[in-house]
Amino acid sequence: MNPTEQPKILAFVCNWCAYAGADLAGVSRIQYPGNVRLIRVMCTGRVNHGFLLKAFLRGADGLLVSG
Amino acid sequence: MTQTHSTPQSEKTGSITIIGSGIAGIQTALDIANSGFHVDLIDEKANVGGVMAQLDKTFPTNDCSSCMLGPKLAKLANHPNIDILAYTDVLGLEGEPGRFQLTVKKKARAVDPKRCVACNICAEKCPQRVSDPFNLNLNQRKAIYIPYPQAVPLVYTIDKEHCTYFTKGKCRVCEKVCKNKAVIFDQEDEIITLDTGALILAGGFEPFDARLKAEYGYGQWPNVITSLEYERMLSAAGPYQGHIQRLSDGQIPRRIAWVQCVGSRDSQIGNDYCSAVCCMSATKQAMITKEHDGEIDTSIFFIDMRAHGKGFDRFYERSKSENGVRYVRSLISRVIPNPEDDTLSISYVAPGHDPQEETVDLVVLSVGLCANTSSVKLAERLGVSLNEYGFCESDPLDIVATAKPGIYVCGAAQSPKDIPDAVQQGSSAAAQATALLADVRGSNVTAPTIHEERNIRGEEPSIGVFVCHCGINIAGVVDVEAVAGYAGNLPDVKYATDCMFACATDQLQEIKQAIKDHALNRVVVASCTPRTHEPLFRNTLREAGLNPYLFELANIREQDAWVHQAEPQIATHKAKELVRMSVSRARLLEPLFETSYTVVPEALVIGGGLAGLSAAHAFAEQGYKATLVERTAELGGNARTLYYTEDGAQPARYLQDLIQKVENQPLITVCRETQVVSITGSCGDFTATLSQKGQSQTISHGVVVVATGGQEHMPVEYLYGQHPGIITQKEFEKLLVSAPDKARQLKRIAMIQCVGSREPENLYCSRVCCTAAVKNSLKLKTIQPDAQISVLYRDIRTFGFRESHYSEARRQGVRFYRYALEQKPHVTHQDGELGVSVFDAHLQATVQLQADLVVLSAAIRPRPESRELAEAVRLPLDEDGFFMEAHPKLRPLDFAAPGYYLCGLAQGPKFASESIAQAGGAVSRAVTVLSQKEIVAEGMVSRVDAELCRACGECEKACCFEAINVKQGAAGRKQAIVTEALCTGCGVCNVACPTGAASLAHFKDEQINRMIENHSQLNSED
Repeated sequence: MNPTEQPKILAFVCNWCAYAGADLAGVSRIQYPGNVRLIRVMCTGRVNHGFLLKAFLRGADGLLVSG
Repeated sequence: MTQTHSTPQSEKTGSITIIGSGIAGIQTALDIANSGFHVDLIDEKANVGGVMAQLDKTFPTNDCSSCMLGPKLAKLANHPNIDILAYTDVLGLEGEPGRFQLTVKKKARAVDPKRCVACNICAEKCPQRVSDPFNLNLNQRKAIYIPYPQAVPLVYTIDKEHCTYFTKGKCRVCEKVCKNKAVIFDQEDEIITLDTGALILAGGFEPFDARLKAEYGYGQWPNVITSLEYERMLSAAGPYQGHIQRLSDGQIPRRIAWVQCVGSRDSQIGNDYCSAVCCMSATKQAMITKEHDGEIDTSIFFIDMRAHGKGFDRFYERSKSENGVRYVRSLISRVIPNPEDDTLSISYVAPGHDPQEETVDLVVLSVGLCANTSSVKLAERLGVSLNEYGFCESDPLDIVATAKPGIYVCGAAQSPKDIPDAVQQGSSAAAQATALLADVRGSNVTAPTIHEERNIRGEEPSIGVFVCHCGINIAGVVDVEAVAGYAGNLPDVKYATDCMFACATDQLQEIKQAIKDHALNRVVVASCTPRTHEPLFRNTLREAGLNPYLFELANIREQDAWVHQAEPQIATHKAKELVRMSVSRARLLEPLFETSYTVVPEALVIGGGLAGLSAAHAFAEQGYKATLVERTAELGGNARTLYYTEDGAQPARYLQDLIQKVENQPLITVCRETQVVSITGSCGDFTATLSQKGQSQTISHGVVVVATGGQEHMPVEYLYGQHPGIITQKEFEKLLVSAPDKARQLKRIAMIQCVGSREPENLYCSRVCCTAAVKNSLKLKTIQPDAQISVLYRDIRTFGFRESHYSEARRQGVRFYRYALEQKPHVTHQDGELGVSVFDAHLQATVQLQADLVVLSAAIRPRPESRELAEAVRLPLDEDGFFMEAHPKLRPLDFAAPGYYLCGLAQGPKFASESIAQAGGAVSRAVTVLSQKEIVAEGMVSRVDAELCRACGECEKACCFEAINVKQGAAGRKQAIVTEALCTGCGVCNVACPTGAASLAHFKDEQINRMIENHSQLNSED
């Protein structure tokens, strides 16, 4: 990762809780850095290690699985 | 039970009106609309949701209130058979049960609901600030408003009392800025008449006006607030973003005191009832406070701790042991302000201590639940009688039936109650109203329109992208045109455009047109959250002849424009990436097809007590066959010896009538001495194996109601069984009824409460024993007025209107001695004389009592056979051995497994009236299944590729819903097979599968991988 850049963070989030939480953050206008991308799944039980490895291989600097 | 009428069926209306849209009204509406009837849901307020929408968390799980309510509101808003008439007043009622005409006034919002897309631009630009009643006036909103972002219907309303145009004739800013021309100043009230078969009153409550208790200084001292205000303060979406503070200076309070029973249990102000929820509500608030900031001291000043619901005593104990909440058993007589530092002094007398004084920074008044003023007026207009406190009067055993045929009541409009009680009563009211109209079920519902679907097999992806401005919500931050331009250059995108409001009716029309004009076979909308808008867009695809699963939403509002408001470049860049991710996924989306199963329109009811009999009877009233299975040779269960209630009802007599009705009902088959051996199949199509005296038989049914009951605990202390003068409360009731001459001889009675309840190994309250002690005391007083009755208790829990009977018992000289768990009473037996010694925690002294009779209020236990059944049909039990519902708050009558419902003592201790209401409610829940001809399974389920499956069973182990099992497959060898009706689409099996055979439709590996590959510009060709 280039030290001058912000780390790229990819998050796998459950539709029912963490994704809803991210929506609520928006509704509440809570500001946060723009370097995170969310991938919505219906349950974090859907997330396998392959996704995580692939994310790192494709340039993610940090991952968050939240559900 | 349900009232009978002679109305000819051809004239009945298959529609039901619900007045009041809090959680009780919402549950009622959803049950009814899902059972083949049309619903008109009326509320005088501009939006639905009631008080639950204002709560931060709910006890005893501390779940987020609006997160639980949100999905219900979304279902309500999208339901084809529910018309929401918010901002509507009821004017009058004519006609008769089965065919009423209700006249209502739809008040003018000055906003056209068809054009308003809730972009909020009007409110942003409106110059007029107004106190915000949703936040209890703790902050301000604009004169054009929605109360909260998730409001349903999502339509703005002009507050005409405060709008500058309506008050002074000037302004019209909202009209100018509304890009959709939704503001209509001269919109007029509309008076319409609704044809409706039945009416359900669900007007809820209003909080007690704390100013009426001037000694607490509410309204005078800024740091004295009400419990509802504190709820808004705790809410992250509230006026202080969840920061606990003193209103005088915004400082974090170091000490907070809760004062209980403000406006409750107070005969001086005419409220001689308990509000039933405040003890747990204060406990919850104190726990949440501790979670926000462990440094804050939290003290609750109370009279009796009323933790009478399921899981409440554990919650109470946890608040003390884990959160360090302090409880002080004392009333607070007044709050004295200290103006120099805005602190408050409270004085109290704790048991065994001299008067004490304490200084706190914030006082929270736990205000009681009072009758809703407009419900009172409405009841008068409808001719429904009210009790002395203004709540709707209903039958003591059939608590959802008012005295007026065709009009039912549920929720806090009937009596103060918590959310689960309101929800199950809502379902119960739904059952009775739909039973009245059972013969016109389906006559007034909208059949879903079938749209011919285009087959896209073999077509290359052809994607349309629509990027939404959302007025200035998105476009104010994100360069929407640039995003649309960028999207147009992505692979397979055939059409890309920006639009003002993607969700507006005219724009949806344009999306449909674009699908046709550009032969699109995938659609991506970049706008707001799929959680609210995906159903709408999917439906648009359906109408345009595309499979609805060929749709993808990129959330560039909640998760982009709104969270990067000061960084337009970053937000635009992110929007492009989100669109690219969505487009890459959309290329791989596949059409999905929902499968359906035929429903067996019959019910299996397990347990022939009051709850089971009520359920079987209610099924028959709905027109469905029911098989009632009773383990013993006799129907009736515990209610056979419930001779009378505190309010004059006679459950045992009611039961005999009910048994007769059940036995004479041709739709009900009663199987005595029968046990359920197993149940296989899934919701809508079960097969049960029953064993009757060794003979086995199988029956088909669509739903299961578990009503296996409970039993009185046999005491193992207080010398029970060693002396004929030591009996249980139930035995005492029998004595009072069957041997009044013997009862007349009784001069000295001692009752001991909580025998087997509220102890570490049985940490739950049996709910009914305090009221039983009070009712039996009063009964004995009528037989023998000179009897000296002493009740030894820990907390008196006569919640709701039962409180007035407790007051009456005190008035009649029944003595109450409070003991602590650590210092239980002793029963002695010497020379034939019984004695009880107890250390009275209030007097701090030992009291010696002589007794002719010692009555033990023994706990309610689940039946031991419940465990066998739970194992046989794989249903969960809670730690006390009662059956466990799907969710203690909003799904109290459902099991997590679809098609299974529960009611009565099997679920937890309760009164006879509550068992009857729960039984009706469970039937209402079950009829939402039985009334469907077919169950449609969601298309987004797991699929197994038989070629790849090696039947290892990893998926079966991983699945929480028993939806995937290794069985003999069609190819003749073993493989995993998905029961689509049970599959929730979580994808756990997909992850567990080592060969890639199990795959979750719509979230396949490659569909997710493509998003991962496209998440970062670094790895993109673009």
